[in-house]
Amino acid sequence: MKLNTNNNIYTILYTTILVVIVAGVLAYASTALKPKQQENIALEKMQSLLRTARLGEDASAQDNKSEYIKALYSKHMTNDFVLNYEGKVIEGEAFETDLQAQYNIIKQIVAAKTPEAAQTLREQLRLPVFVCTIDDKVLNIFPCYGPGLWGPIWGYIAVEDDFETIYGAVFDHKGETPGLGAEIAHDTFYNQFVGKKLSKDGAFKSISIVKGGAQADNPNGVDAISGGTITSQSLENAIAIWLNEYQAYFNIKRAAIGSDECCDEEPCTGDDCDSHDETRNQEGHEDHTK
Amino acid sequence: MDKKIFKNPFFKANPITVLVLGICSALAVTVQLKGAIVMALSVTVVTGFSSMLVSSIRNSIPNRVRIIVQLVIVAMLVILVDEFLKAFAYDVSKQLSVYIGLIITNCIIMGRIEAFALGNKPFPSLVDGLANGMGYGLVLVIIAFIRELFGSGTLFGVQIIPQNWYMANGGFYENNGLIILPPMALIIVGAIIWVQRSVQKELQEE
Repeated sequence: MKLNTNNNIYTILYTTILVVIVAGVLAYASTALKPKQQENIALEKMQSLLRTARLGEDASAQDNKSEYIKALYSKHMTNDFVLNYEGKVIEGEAFETDLQAQYNIIKQIVAAKTPEAAQTLREQLRLPVFVCTIDDKVLNIFPCYGPGLWGPIWGYIAVEDDFETIYGAVFDHKGETPGLGAEIAHDTFYNQFVGKKLSKDGAFKSISIVKGGAQADNPNGVDAISGGTITSQSLENAIAIWLNEYQAYFNIKRAAIGSDECCDEEPCTGDDCDSHDETRNQEGHEDHTK
Repeated sequence: MDKKIFKNPFFKANPITVLVLGICSALAVTVQLKGAIVMALSVTVVTGFSSMLVSSIRNSIPNRVRIIVQLVIVAMLVILVDEFLKAFAYDVSKQLSVYIGLIITNCIIMGRIEAFALGNKPFPSLVDGLANGMGYGLVLVIIAFIRELFGSGTLFGVQIIPQNWYMANGGFYENNGLIILPPMALIIVGAIIWVQRSVQKELQEE
């Protein structure tokens, strides 16, 4: 039988049936593979967090990479929580927090014209913190997220319990230029952050990524990537605006250390502590925008 | 079945060097061998099965919407490959990022469907598609080998050039940053075409 394939009705029926079949196949594949894909994404995040604490670097050499990472994660990542802008723990899943959504709020805070507008936005912030324990060392891990040259870039920074010294950092990207901007995801780049300080003369100072190379004795700077200027600058900016939002938490923690050391006072938790934190915080913010 | 269907795409009618199809992805995904091999396999699967599927329904496709029907089938296979890589080879899928999705636009696939699958039976079409994918893959692997070895000093991510050769460690050697960038890949493609044409005289134009 010879079909008349040029008939309009035939053409419409044919394409409709074809598209429905294709859609069915794709929907089935997508649903069936979803759990496995999400597991991969979660595993990658776990690995990044562990790497900031310089753990699990040999994961690729293990026979069962996913089991190895999960075991390490449950052993060392002892706590995680979500903070509000005051540095107080609020309800929420740190691991599930959408960094992109938080970045969109932070971006608006930075661009806000009045302090009141910034404050209203700040109240919506949900900032995740991960706590990693290695023997008796306690590390707080903070995320950062921002736009790179071609797509988003993000990372995690582990800070020692003095809330000043960086223990380790890991960065990753969606699609920066290989060999140039993509170098931020290499250990040769992010290992530079180890031992750098997040403060200068007692005030918060983020890490600068210096074009042409940071001085070896500069505690706040690391070398930028040659040929990856936009990625380097975006990363510097992402780290600065994110850590700035965490300053309330930093200050609460630092105050707690200070009082422990000098006179065994109660860690400051009352209202005056908050007001003090906010002034510090705003100073820090102004510093950054200069 | 003619053995030439399988043999030709590797050398005599190679999709990249002779038909000059699929150049863009040959520049984009050849920075590292691992990515190039996964890309080659993905393209092979897509060309093979899209040719076979289109060939098996070739007599029923309405001629006026021919290209769209082909595209739907190719797109379906590409998305399937993408989903599978995300689930079972997540690292590589991340490295190849958008290029897997862009297999849809790889000229080899539509080229082989139009030129071969529409006029031949499903099995020869499958073989033709697979062979073209492999011929493409062969060139990709050659380029990636050169680019990864001289651009990064590694093969499959394993350091090949001894560390103490590097200037940073007091040696005399430095990785060639230019090789990492796409223009150098184009020059390597050119060099491969040059070599092939000097071996295979009948390809030379008057």
